[in-house]
Amino acid sequence: MVARPLPAPDTLVPTGSVHSWDVVTAADGPGTRFVTFLAGCPLRCLYCHNPDTWQRRNGQLMAVEELVAKMLTFRPFIQAAGGGVTVSGGEPLLQPRFVEAYLHRCKKYEMHTALDTSGYLGARATDALLDDTDLVLLDVKSSIPELYKKVTGMPLAPTVTFGERLAERGNRIRLRFVLVPGLTDDPENVAGVAKLGAAWGNVDRVDVLGYHRLGVSKYEELGLRYPLDGVEPPTPAQLAAAAQIFADHGLEVSAT
Amino acid sequence: MSENNVRPTQPDPWRGFTDGAWRSGVAVRDFIQANYTPYDGDAAFLAGPTDRTTAVWAKLSAMFPEERERGIYDVDANTPSTITSHRPGYIDQDTELIVGLQTDAPLRRAIIPNGGWRMVEGALKTYGYEPSPVIADIFTKYRKTHNAGVFDVYDPNILAARKAHIITGLPDAYGRGRIIGDYRRVALYGVDHLIAAKKADKLASTGPFTEATIRRREELSEQIRALSELKEMAASYGYDISGPAATGREAIQWLYFAYLAAVKEQNGAAMSLGRTSTFIDIFLQRDIAAGELTETQAQELVDDFVIKLRIVRFLRTPEYDALFSGDPTWVTESIGGVGTDGRPLVTRTSFRYLQTLYNLGPAPEPNMTVFWSPALPEGFKRFCAQVSIDTSAIQYESDELMRPRYGDDTAIACCVSAMEVGKQMQFFGARVNLAKTMLYAINGGRDEVTGVQVGPALPPIKSDVLVYDEVAQRFDTMMDWLAGTYVDALNIIHYMHDKYAYERIEMALHDSDILRTMACGIAGLSVAADSLSAIKHATVRVVRNEDGLITDYVTEGEFPTYGNNDDRADKIATELVEIFMSKIRKHPTYRDALHTQSVLTITSNVVYGKATGNTPDGRRAGEPFAPGANPMNGRDKHGMVAAALSVAKLPYEHSLDGISLTTTVTPAGLGNTKTEQVTNLVGVLDGYNSVNGFHMNVNVLNRATLEDAMAHPENYPQLTIRVSGYAVNFVRLTTEQQKDVISRTFHGSL
Repeated sequence: MVARPLPAPDTLVPTGSVHSWDVVTAADGPGTRFVTFLAGCPLRCLYCHNPDTWQRRNGQLMAVEELVAKMLTFRPFIQAAGGGVTVSGGEPLLQPRFVEAYLHRCKKYEMHTALDTSGYLGARATDALLDDTDLVLLDVKSSIPELYKKVTGMPLAPTVTFGERLAERGNRIRLRFVLVPGLTDDPENVAGVAKLGAAWGNVDRVDVLGYHRLGVSKYEELGLRYPLDGVEPPTPAQLAAAAQIFADHGLEVSAT
Repeated sequence: MSENNVRPTQPDPWRGFTDGAWRSGVAVRDFIQANYTPYDGDAAFLAGPTDRTTAVWAKLSAMFPEERERGIYDVDANTPSTITSHRPGYIDQDTELIVGLQTDAPLRRAIIPNGGWRMVEGALKTYGYEPSPVIADIFTKYRKTHNAGVFDVYDPNILAARKAHIITGLPDAYGRGRIIGDYRRVALYGVDHLIAAKKADKLASTGPFTEATIRRREELSEQIRALSELKEMAASYGYDISGPAATGREAIQWLYFAYLAAVKEQNGAAMSLGRTSTFIDIFLQRDIAAGELTETQAQELVDDFVIKLRIVRFLRTPEYDALFSGDPTWVTESIGGVGTDGRPLVTRTSFRYLQTLYNLGPAPEPNMTVFWSPALPEGFKRFCAQVSIDTSAIQYESDELMRPRYGDDTAIACCVSAMEVGKQMQFFGARVNLAKTMLYAINGGRDEVTGVQVGPALPPIKSDVLVYDEVAQRFDTMMDWLAGTYVDALNIIHYMHDKYAYERIEMALHDSDILRTMACGIAGLSVAADSLSAIKHATVRVVRNEDGLITDYVTEGEFPTYGNNDDRADKIATELVEIFMSKIRKHPTYRDALHTQSVLTITSNVVYGKATGNTPDGRRAGEPFAPGANPMNGRDKHGMVAAALSVAKLPYEHSLDGISLTTTVTPAGLGNTKTEQVTNLVGVLDGYNSVNGFHMNVNVLNRATLEDAMAHPENYPQLTIRVSGYAVNFVRLTTEQQKDVISRTFHGSL
């Protein structure tokens, strides 16, 4: 894909930097979904498996209507299959105007919409954007500020604030938590995330996602050092233990 | 004979059935419509296997390892098979509920030399049996075979095309198959009624005695003779099937005898069963309602029937198996669908048939084929999806595409060939290699592997960079030649098959006036489409060898590929399908058959790839093609749904013999829990159906499972996977095919 020069971020014309798209089932929201990965992310999660989406300049510039046209080619299939659209990344809220315009168009086409975000830039999501979001896939990387900072390079507080705002607004949340042995798997950390979700009260389900090493080759391609060298994916028992903690807090949970 | 086989005295075999036109004529569909009870519940009523069933299946299973080891278990080399040639055979005579084997012992194969003696001779020698000199004399000196007839007529052009593998898999040395007798007729009417109807047709066929009339009267005579032999064969097992079946068990037995007669007489490439479950259901439910049968007993009958279908065997050569590996027989059974009146054709017995995959474990045969429609009852949809997830043994075809064209009593022959049961047959035509044809276009008709001039000589391409318009125009010319050569070959083959290896019993179970189709086919569609896309959108430089033959390509730049729901590439594939079909239609066919084509390779995508040189899309010489209408391996970058949408664009009206898509997904790619997986697979099937996708093989497997099965085949005797249009025991594939299957895109997430 050839990169085109980018205009200033969020000019009046809603144009976005799109890394790629896929149609997936049982990932990034319920059913079969047209998932758009936007380019650019302010976080640098140690276990990130998509380092190629960090830089906004690595995306292809697309007008909302271009993306909508692409989405529409899948709409008949998705509507029959059950599912919808998901905006993921990168961090989609780095391009809130584009996301807002796109989700609004998707709702016009009666598509179920999901926003996959870390919540770090939650303040940039307007109420209009959230009105057009049926489900927020909220990735809570950690419940301990120091650990959150270690894992992502950024502070925890904005995510907590965003979760509270979603709860007040009544937005539904699917909470996602990546279990990395030796990094995020401390029961205290897991329980803290569970507590947050339980307190919000609008979490439909928790997905405990096992860390995997599928991103390693991307780091090599990009000439980057892989930060979690030597870390192994969690065992089924470790996953089950983490899932149990969420269940103990009264949350519906699935672990993969 | 055990007392099981004594026919109880029954009152009117049609007791309790609703009247209709079916009573006087031969009209099975009418009978079904008037009498079946749709079932819209779930699978909770189903029964597991009885000890009897498990014991019978275990006895056979113990024989499979030796069969797998040696290629065949046993063969009767001295008795050319006919409907009545062999004495009765049993697996376990005292406990079998449904009886009848192809020969006098299970897994003992028969020789059927009418198709061709050389095939029989080669197969016998391969497996260490000495062909009988007497039988060799009969079929080489006194009785001409189909194969001999075809080669008397082939011309140098056809022979060259065949030798170069641009046309392959032609049924010129073996039985053509893909004819479905309406085996249900025997159960509903008994043989005598059917003989009477055929006699009446013969009587009505009067002069002038043109060639067509003479042929018709001779064929009807053969059909009547075959029906009498069917009665005789059943009698040898202790059954009088001259009248209708009076119970559920008899209905299955009668139907099976009819099918058995077909597989005793014909070694057809695909010997499909039809659409029997809802028909059988009427009889089983009548017995259950009368308190004469329990659910467990009904399931036991179905299980025993399916055991028989699983051990249909033909004697074939290793070369044949290389093309269609895993010893397939395509005992395809079509299940489900919706009637033209809107009532789903799903019954409890539709469930019972699928339940055999649990009661007996997964198996490739019978080839369970579900006619999918969003209007199917939810309980049935979910059960199908569950069985797919657990066994990978089901293929799905669009009832919504078939019903408007063929009505609601349609069945699939082989993999994707729809035909109205008893009213339609096809002349099976294997397929041509479109990718190679494109290379011929570039090389002016010379074969890129051998350098031999096979196609029409065009002036060679002079430029170093391929120009799309020039290649497209030459491709068009080459397809003209190919279509003509192809239909010529098929006309010869089917003339000779009718003459020397006529399917007497199968045609006796058809109406006397039927629709015939000439079922052509194409392979290498995605390679040809991607190559044209490369020429159009990127820069393709040719590499010539010392003889000036273009043998390789250097492709620079990006180009869209088929399989990503990208019209730039998908349109090329769609147009190829339309163009080749329009060229096929220009050539007159034997018996005025209707021209059709399929986009299906079965497992021959490996063999086709082997015979095809480097292609402009970057595929290396010898590399397998994608199966059927699939995108090339690894070029579908946006997941299975995007790939499926590309395939769904291929026009069914120009591929009426079917379009095959094979998908493999990991369980996790469908969801975290079984319930979620079932819901999502039902959704995907509804989605594909809604965009007019025709056929989908669904494998739900982990890559690691297949790799382990390659390393330890003994641990996976029943591991079943779906390839293009049928299912195979994975461990019976050649190593090369196993690797091909594993290397195909595994969609971790759909």
